[in-house]
Amino acid sequence: MPRTPMPEREGRLRALDFEEVNLGYTDQLAILEATRCLQCARPVCVDGCPVGVKINDFVAAVADGRFDEAGRIVATDNSLPAVCGRVCPQEIQCEGACVMGRRSSPIAIGHLERFVADRARGRGGEQAPATAPSGWSVAIVGSGPAGLACAADLSRLGHDVTVYEALHEAGGVLVYGIPEYRLPTAVVEAEVGRLEEMGVVFELNAPIGRAESIDDLLDRHDAVFIGIGAGLPRFLEVPGEHLVGVQSANEFLTRVNLMGANRSDAETPVLVGKRVAVIGGGNTALDAVRTALRAGADSATVYYRRTEDEMPARREEIRHAREEGVHFEFLLNPVGFGGSERVETMELVRMRQTEPGDDGRRSVEPIEGSEVAVPVDTVVVAVGNAPNPMLSGTPDLTMSRRGTIVTDEVGMTDKPGVFAGGDIVTGGATVILAMGAGRRAAQGIDAFLRSGALVEID
Amino acid sequence: MEGVYRILSAEIIGPDVKRFEVQAPRVARYWKPGQFVILRAIEDGERIPLTVVEADPEFGVIVLIVQGVGKTTRTLNSLSEGDMIPDVAGPLGSPSDIEMFGTVAVIGGGVGTAIAYPTARALAEAGNRVVTIVGARTSDLLILVDELEAVADTVIVTTDDGTAGRAGFVTDALADVIAERRVDRVIAIGPLPMMAAVSALTLPHEIPTVVSLNPIMVDGTGMCGGCRVSVSGETKFACVDGPEFDAHGVDFELLAARNSSYCEFERRRLAEMGEK
Ligand SMILES: Cc1cc2nc3c(=O)[nH]c(=O)nc-3n(C[C@H](O)[C@H](O)[C@H](O)COP(=O)(O)OP(=O)(O)OC[C@H]3O[C@@H](n4cnc5c(N)ncnc54)[C@H](O)[C@@H]3O)c2cc1C
Ligand code: FES
Repeated sequence: MPRTPMPEREGRLRALDFEEVNLGYTDQLAILEATRCLQCARPVCVDGCPVGVKINDFVAAVADGRFDEAGRIVATDNSLPAVCGRVCPQEIQCEGACVMGRRSSPIAIGHLERFVADRARGRGGEQAPATAPSGWSVAIVGSGPAGLACAADLSRLGHDVTVYEALHEAGGVLVYGIPEYRLPTAVVEAEVGRLEEMGVVFELNAPIGRAESIDDLLDRHDAVFIGIGAGLPRFLEVPGEHLVGVQSANEFLTRVNLMGANRSDAETPVLVGKRVAVIGGGNTALDAVRTALRAGADSATVYYRRTEDEMPARREEIRHAREEGVHFEFLLNPVGFGGSERVETMELVRMRQTEPGDDGRRSVEPIEGSEVAVPVDTVVVAVGNAPNPMLSGTPDLTMSRRGTIVTDEVGMTDKPGVFAGGDIVTGGATVILAMGAGRRAAQGIDAFLRSGALVEID
Repeated sequence: MEGVYRILSAEIIGPDVKRFEVQAPRVARYWKPGQFVILRAIEDGERIPLTVVEADPEFGVIVLIVQGVGKTTRTLNSLSEGDMIPDVAGPLGSPSDIEMFGTVAVIGGGVGTAIAYPTARALAEAGNRVVTIVGARTSDLLILVDELEAVADTVIVTTDDGTAGRAGFVTDALADVIAERRVDRVIAIGPLPMMAAVSALTLPHEIPTVVSLNPIMVDGTGMCGGCRVSVSGETKFACVDGPEFDAHGVDFELLAARNSSYCEFERRRLAEMGEK
């Protein structure tokens, strides 16, 4: 039996608006897909999940029509299942491990996770059991998946939690980066709303490090979790990159997703133009290119310096992008931009793959004399980010040479009482890893508070 | 501490220029001269940076001086006492370097004077001899002259049309000051051509010169790269590395071009505003 397809909106039509692409399984489709599961004695899918969701159990519950229970099983290990079901790179995690993948196609674990999470959300979710207040208070800096997950667990453990967020909206990359057609803001808002109901306080417009320092927060709270994510977009460092019309994916996506620049009555502008070139091969590049089409570009092309096989983006995004009319150009790397004030052309050099090295990986190198120029109206650069620099001067907080914060296995930094997790520790990674790190740190913080270590600091 | 940004007073201090006292306790408590806020004048509005002129940490109040040039600043200037500003995020940016330098010339052009004032005051408090040069197109546009007189050792006023102070540009006045005495540092804040001219003037004299740049910003936390400027050939993010930079390394032309990125959009929005 083949994998049950996710109902989705038609490619060219959906490329005209920002409504969600995937429509979600119905009850029948979910049961149909769940019954494909072989219920392996040793569920390798669980090993494939970075946070160890009991996939076999929840899929069995879906197959039986016990949707609420399925929701509860997922929620024990994943505090953001409606998000992860939509954006996890399942093909290299749970679904990549699934034995059905060798026979036909893997169980659609991501779609099923999304199904049970959306159902639970529709009903208002689970009421967390009330825990006796611990009397301790924790500050969370940054409201991305790491911060939200940490806040949820700490609150459940009875601690007072305040989340400090620099922007005017909570959610981190989930609201300013990942577009609405892939992850509706309503999903993130529901999660934030649930935390507020649990008593978590959100202080927006609070850039920690410029406003309160971490030490100021320690005067007011008993522990601190830092989840400030990635910042500082990388550029190509080639001539002409500062021309008007060349922008980072973060800027382009933030203008559209957070500031609504695509709306006709928008207060915030965005440069789109007719011919859009996007540089990169990850999820960010694909989000930018598909957003460009939706925001009115006539043609939108991804230029990636390696081949399609090496693209780090989710496979579903690549397929969706093609269906929507996105062009892909591989083994091409920009070496400069031309134009007077506004960018008009992009010069690229053709790349070739080298023989696999000792690690089996093929690298790429430029082919001399193979430069070509293409006309462009705007360019979006999506070649990664360096860690957020806002807390770099914090005393006693050890940072790596790359600028990431150094922690132990539970997320404790060298500064007593201060924990960190997510992209600020790992460098740009995934939602699920950030969420997992936030949860681990919540356990670490709880143990730290209850250990009496706090008294020694005071 | 969260979410209430009430305008406590709004006063017109020049043509299209308004002085606001805004309740913003977090900013007021942690702000240092040279830092700015990013605000939205209305829900769904654009995020724009504005430098803070003064702060009263005890009462949780900040002072902003706004020149109505674009859509957002004009909307802001239509607000009055008692109105709310939906978002004021800050403080942001790196504070000005305040040390004992010796003699410092602080130059403010137009509303740039509002940004220069707190720095001039802090430099004076740190023991520097502060010479301020305040320039404007015409006398109506001069601001904060009395306030500067209270903190600086010398205040020189220039207007392009000679309606107040000496006729001419701030650079003319600065050239005379440099000719008369040793100047250890120059700080120039104002329109880009003015800052570029000051920088060109002080370069041959090898006087360390600092300018406060005003690129387009979105988040103000080093996330978007929209505020990038080129300083001594390196890409810097004004919202975290600045806004103050070594003038002699700044590519002013590039910044001027980048600042015009959205001028078509601005013009259209302003035209629509006029129709309403
Ligand atoms: C466009 C895009 C698409 C992506 N697509 C996927 C995908 O499909 N699947 C996937 O798994 N991953 C994806 N990722 C990666 C994923 O989003 C990140 O790994 C994840 O969001 C990291 O979470 P975080 O909590 O560490 O940080 P973030 O989500 O970056 O959140 C950090 C928060 O901290 C705030 N902050 C920063 N500095 C301060 C400060 N000084 N004070 C207070 N607050 C501060 C920021 O404003 C932000 O809200 C994508 C990333 C991008 C940019
Ligand atoms: S304003 Fe976005 S990085 Fe500076």
